[in-house]
Order: sequence, then C-alpha cells, then structure tokens
Amino acid sequence: MVIDRYPAEIEAIFAKYPDKRSAVLPVLYLAQENYGHINQEAISDVAGLLDLDPTQVLSIAGFYTLFHEEPVGKYVLEICSDLPCALRGADELVESACRKLGIEKDGTTEDGMFTVKTVMCLAACDKAPMLQVNLRYEENLDEQKLDALIERLRKDDADGIAPNYGVEAFKESLKR
Amino acid sequence: MSLILLRHRDIKGIHQFDVYSANGGYDGLKKALREHAPGEVIDIVRKSNIRGRGGAGFPAGVKWGFIPKADGPKYVVVNADESEAGTFKDRELIEFNPHQVIEGALICAYAIGAQACFIYFRGEFMHAARTFESALREAYANNALGSNIFGSDFTCDFYTHYGAGAYICGEETALLESLEGKLGQPRIRPPFPALEGLYGKPTVINNVETLANVPPVIINGPDWYLDIGTEKSSGPKIVCLSGHINNPGNFEVPMGITYRELIFGERYGNGIPNGMKFKALLPSGGSAPIIVEASLDAHLSYEGLMEHGSLLGSASLIVMDESVDMVWAAMKLVHFFNHESCGKCTPCREGTFWLDRIYRRLLSGKGRESDVKLLESVAKQMIGETLCALGEFATSPVLSTLKHFPEEYYDKISD
Repeated sequence: MVIDRYPAEIEAIFAKYPDKRSAVLPVLYLAQENYGHINQEAISDVAGLLDLDPTQVLSIAGFYTLFHEEPVGKYVLEICSDLPCALRGADELVESACRKLGIEKDGTTEDGMFTVKTVMCLAACDKAPMLQVNLRYEENLDEQKLDALIERLRKDDADGIAPNYGVEAFKESLKR
Repeated sequence: MSLILLRHRDIKGIHQFDVYSANGGYDGLKKALREHAPGEVIDIVRKSNIRGRGGAGFPAGVKWGFIPKADGPKYVVVNADESEAGTFKDRELIEFNPHQVIEGALICAYAIGAQACFIYFRGEFMHAARTFESALREAYANNALGSNIFGSDFTCDFYTHYGAGAYICGEETALLESLEGKLGQPRIRPPFPALEGLYGKPTVINNVETLANVPPVIINGPDWYLDIGTEKSSGPKIVCLSGHINNPGNFEVPMGITYRELIFGERYGNGIPNGMKFKALLPSGGSAPIIVEASLDAHLSYEGLMEHGSLLGSASLIVMDESVDMVWAAMKLVHFFNHESCGKCTPCREGTFWLDRIYRRLLSGKGRESDVKLLESVAKQMIGETLCALGEFATSPVLSTLKHFPEEYYDKISD
C-alpha cells in the first residue's frame, strides 16, 4: 500500500494543507510511482487515505494528463506537439520516434521500455522541438538527437534519468 | 538599462540567498515591514500600476485592495501553472531568480494580512522547481520566512503545490479548485476569490512575473516604475519569442517597444530564418487573435494592439513564416483548446469539440463549401457564452485566420 511505502512523505504532504483533500494530486503521484500507473489499487489506496469515494479519485486522476490510467513503459517519451514545437518539426519527431520503436502513438514497446505520447505545450518553446522523459526536459531535438537519447535510455544510461525522475525531485522537496 | 526581472542574467548565482541579499534582495520586504503599514504597501503598488502579467492585465494593487481588512485566514497564491502555448517566462524566473518571486509574494502577504502563501506549479515543473524549493529552505533558514520575519511581527509560511497537467488550472478559480483537491474547473463568479478564494477565505492570486515586479517597486517607488514603459502600461515585460525566429528566447523590454523591433531587431529576434518572409504573428500564444505585417508597428503594451483587433496577453510571440499553412496553424491551436477544455460549460466543451472536427475534415482533403461558414457560426456562438476565457480564446485563431487568410480555407474545399 502507498502508506506503507511512503509514511513520512504522506505525513509531510498532509502537514501542508488545512484540508486533507488538497493532498489528492501529491498522493496520486506517490501512488503512480508505487504501482507504475493509476490502477484500481492505487485509486482505492488514495481514496482510503483521503476519505474520498473511489469514483472521485478516479475522475480526478482522469482529468490530469500526468496520471497514466494504463500501464506505461519504463521511459515515457512525451513529445510536445503544440504549434511552437510543430513549427520546428515536432510532428516529424513523433513519427520518427514511433517508427524507430516500432509502435503507434500512445503505444508501449513489447519489452516494456518505452511509451510514446504527444502532450500539450511544456513551456520550453524557445528550445523547440522538445520532449519530456519521465518529467525531465530534453530540448533542441532533431532526429539524430532523439535516436541517441533512445539508445542511451535503452542502456539505462541517460545522465540520471530514472523511472519517476521528476517525482524524486518532488519527494526531495518534502524533506524540510 | 540593467535587467529588473531577469536579474540572474546580470548577476551570477542570484538564486542563492546570500547572493540575492548582497544585491539588494529582500530590501523591498524589509522596507515594507519597517516603513510602511500594510495599507501603504497596497497604495504604492496601486500607484505604480503593476498590471497582471499572466495575460489579463488586471491592476495588482486594485486586486490586493479588494481583500477585506477584517482579521482571519487569508491566502496569497502564486500562479506558476504556465501552460499557454509559446509561454516560458515564468519558468525562467522560477528556475533562476526564485527569491524575487518569493519576496514579491511575501510583500503581498504582508499587505493583505495573509500568513500563508501557496505556489501552484504545473506538474511538469517538478524538476525546474528544485531551485525554488531550495530557495524556500534558504529563506526559512535566514528568517525571511516563518515566524517574526526579519524581527518584525509578520509571520508567514510558504507551501509548494504541483498540478498534474491541465492548462485550465492556470485560470485562477480552476487553480483554487485544483489546489483544494477537486477537478480543476472554473468557479461561477461572484463570489470572487478576494472574498471567497482558497478554502473559502479571502485570496489574492497573482502570476509569477507580476509578483517579481513588486520588490523593486517598494524599493524605488511608484514614480520610478511609471517612468518605464507607456502611460497606461508601466514597467518592464518579459516577452517570449518562439516559432520561425533566428533568436528565440525570453527578452525583458520596457513596454512600448514595437512588435517589428522585437521580431527583426538584432538584439531581439533578429529576423526570420532561412531567408523566408514574415507571414503572421500570434502575439499571446494561442489565446489572442493573429496579426499580420500591417500591425507590426503597434507598440507592445496593454493598449497597443487594441485597434489592431488583438491583445498583449502574456506577450508570448509565436512567429510564422510564409511557408505556414494558416488553416493547419489554426487547427493546432483549436486542437489544444479542445484537449484542454474542462468540460464544465456546454458552449466550450461542444464548441471546441466541433471546431476541432471541422478542422480535421478540412485538412484531410474532405472540406465542404459550408465548412467555412460553419466554423464562423460555431465560433460566434461561443463568444460571450462560456464560463471562463478558455472558450473565448479558442475562437481567436479561427476568426482571425478566417479574416486574414480566407483564401487558404477555400483552397481546402473539395466539393
């Protein structure tokens, strides 16, 4: 259960807010790290912790794009496909990533290593095209750089990018 | 002129408390605490006419002045949900000049009598916000936060909160709903957040860049600030340049510079790459109407683009060269708004859905002659009918491209 793995983090999250319900997004991040995606157990864990109905938690998880309701690969390549990135070749980059990995958009490779998604603007348009992989930004991309990134990730050798890379930073922030 | 907001470009290491302090940092807060009653701080901000930098342009001092004077819990919420296409200015401030944002929020908290500040980061900023998180730790360690700040009677805490990917949470009441753990959907107003905001308490919500303007105004006074920019638009503005531009990035400029200078000036965008010609400009990401060459001499200010049928907004300039299919560009923006529509009100939910469908039909080569009128009709039925500005934003790319580039639509009709 989420509470067994992150007791200190959950205590620190609850301490931030006058109303426990405010903890729903932060606790969902922890649940996603624990289960890999937001599955039924994740929903029921979060609902139990926050005294919410599971359907309320499910609707909240579904509202936000960073929560995955289906299993995803170890590395989730979320390529910005909005206009500023698209003016600099983002659509071609999405095609190239899918072709290289042999998957459709939103698909996951058979070895469970990669998922490719498109996302809305990530506020890095001066370094377009770009993507985030497990919440880390990779900017000023082209096909060659994307290929090189995929190769490094395949060997789990990408300058510290790990599963739940961004969530590690979030957990770090809870240590005051 | 030295930089006022992007000070980290002039002063290395200003994200650290010691460096920030050694360069006048927290002097604005100290001055406010020692020399001014809370009401005087609001007056200074009102006189300086700092207007909202998130896009709406509402005067910050007026917003602060709406907060009731009675005792009781009040909140300052910093809007760091930066998600408008083409906008990346707040991220730079958060990552490289965090103390100025913290100080601005604290001055606001002192002025309105709040004892807690929240900052709402979009979830994708978890990594970028690490500097901000460590700045908060340093501020606590140096008595700039917590109990009896700098030896005064003022006590204030600062909490960070992370969203999880939803543009609508940048709308201030949707942000409050999201922060309260609910679906990020806008509230019906009134009541306005100044009376019933976070947890039902009086709340000021300001954009990151807006608050970064506050400390220098307290130090230098409103007249200093009014001397920068134009009569109605005082102060500096961070402009985000992206798209087909030689030198993309953030540029801090005094309000009043022309769009032409920003795009073609050597110090700024430095023109269009690959020898291509300028075609069109989105002056505020996806949310304000597109402008063409004839409007480029307009001044960048809250009033400058009004007679050209557009808006300053967040000053996120997306430049497009002559190769761009404007129907495709409008489709990209409409798709964005359809994806980000929260679903609460019918005109936006249905309107963005159908606009998106019609664009897909046009671009798949199956456009019908009636589609052009249909786009216009759907868009016009949304204007003024939606709960928040998102639905109205979605109509901007549609109507402005229809106005300036109708022939590109007719080229896509197959029957």
